[in-house]
Amino acid sequence: MRALVLSLREALKVRTFAVGSAILATVVIAAVLAPVLAPHTYQEMNIPQALTGPSRQYPFGTDNYGRCVFSRVIYGSRIALEVGFIVVVIETLIGVALGLIAGYYGGAVDRVVSFVTDMTWALPPQVLALAIVTALGPSLNNVVIAIAVVSWAQFARIIRSKTQALKNTPYVEAARALSESDLSIMLRYILPNTMGAVIVLTTLALPSAILSTTALSFLGLGAQPPQPDWGVILKDGISYMARAPWISIFPGLAIVWTVLGFNLLGEGLRDVLDPRLKV
Amino acid sequence: MFEYAVRKLAFGVLVVFAVTVILFAVMQLMPGDPIRLIANPRMTPEKMEQLRHQWGLDQPVYVQYFFWLARFLHGDFGTSIVTGQPVSFLIATRLPYTLALAGLALLLEYALAVPLGLIAAVKQNSALDRGIVFVSTILWSVPTFWLGILLMLLLAVKIPVFPISGYSGPLSIVLPALTLTLPALAGTLRLTRSEVLEAVREPYVLTAYAKGLPSRAVLIRHVLRNALIPVTMMFFLSLPWLLGGSVVVESIFSWPGMGRLLWKSIGVQDLPVVQGIVVIIAVLTVISNVAGDIVAGLLDPRIRLEIEGGER
Repeated sequence: MRALVLSLREALKVRTFAVGSAILATVVIAAVLAPVLAPHTYQEMNIPQALTGPSRQYPFGTDNYGRCVFSRVIYGSRIALEVGFIVVVIETLIGVALGLIAGYYGGAVDRVVSFVTDMTWALPPQVLALAIVTALGPSLNNVVIAIAVVSWAQFARIIRSKTQALKNTPYVEAARALSESDLSIMLRYILPNTMGAVIVLTTLALPSAILSTTALSFLGLGAQPPQPDWGVILKDGISYMARAPWISIFPGLAIVWTVLGFNLLGEGLRDVLDPRLKV
Repeated sequence: MFEYAVRKLAFGVLVVFAVTVILFAVMQLMPGDPIRLIANPRMTPEKMEQLRHQWGLDQPVYVQYFFWLARFLHGDFGTSIVTGQPVSFLIATRLPYTLALAGLALLLEYALAVPLGLIAAVKQNSALDRGIVFVSTILWSVPTFWLGILLMLLLAVKIPVFPISGYSGPLSIVLPALTLTLPALAGTLRLTRSEVLEAVREPYVLTAYAKGLPSRAVLIRHVLRNALIPVTMMFFLSLPWLLGGSVVVESIFSWPGMGRLLWKSIGVQDLPVVQGIVVIIAVLTVISNVAGDIVAGLLDPRIRLEIEGGER
């Protein structure tokens, strides 16, 4: 715990980490305080005021139903963060578990896991995700599953090689001599020593999870209207691009802001926790 | 080298084979009986049974798979459920557009990213370096679909330089290609920069300086030659990535390519078309991965020895 506080203090000295945290703080505040910050609800329509530009009443303008784009973007941060976190938790669990198993047992187990890992490189992740969504049917839940299923390979690869290096350390050999079970060795002696890499990978997986899920929602395969998903708002805005460009511009800016925040945070963390990690 | 290439190629074939197994399994798991889809309601059970036999649907699953695979290998991808056209025809008419788009984006990406990454590395920590890294971090965070809309708004609606969408002459490719290139650029730029920075610290670079080579010669003959190995490998690995990105970009710009066909087919659950495209993309991906591995093996003997397990 003390080490964590120390490394946090260290991390704040790294500029990318500090800037990234500041950016993300605004996103988290927007998500938590959405009902307070948003002047309207995300569904409230005002047809006479449809497609009006940014004003005091509607800071980001209104869409074709006269809904407040600002409020929708604010509420959208909840979807983006929630979806991003769920995707990343699933892919971290799959990737770390497979990486540990492959690295620890080696041999045939390793070969099978590595083949499955390499398999996911056989298709571009977006295309594989599209294929999965086709099979499961379009919905936000299925998009979460699809994106998580296609993106754990990075975790497995890196945790595998870390585990291979760690399993020959004296303390792991000592644990084995004391006849600790394999599971306990993996979880108590190896996993804690890969935590730095796991934290960095997780942070850097978040922005791509948000980009992928909003892209699928943008294609009409994920979140469905009237959910204020950033991808959905953007897509709805395309038809009114010439008359009301603000509908599409602002949710896009929100995505860039959030993704940028996570990217900077992740790079800062890497510089502090595991500078040699290649992601 | 030959053994290394054969191994990589064999692995690629195995991967494509596995992709077809997964696709076939997905098709089996999809709800619905294909015979009921084509049969009319008055058809007798005997007639349906006969049809099932005729289509081979009464065979065990693995036999069905091999029939299906055999048809695939002969270029028969079935017919579209929606238009009734052969899938191979639908793909063949669109593939050139997608390859042109992805190819142009790939060339643009490398023409911009490698020199910029090199400049950033050589002038490390200068204002120029910081500027390049900053811009690439921003580009890295921009969703393609948003960038596409912005470019369209700016260069096709407000200032009508380029066509808004569809294909109407060579100028139509500019906006989709830019949209595909810019976010992809960041990764290559940073890779080039970090590889050059790493190569500069190698002892052989110090040796080269020590024997009195001018810095330009050191940079080109010693640093770049080693730093560009991963970058060259990335060139081949980028193609699949761009093919994936082309789904979104082609949809925005109504580019008549394979990505847009895939998107439209998913919307109407046109499974044969989706399968055909996914297999084609898997084949293209595996080809470029294998090509990347082989080129890397040619350029860097360490990589190929690691795989061949030869004495080191």
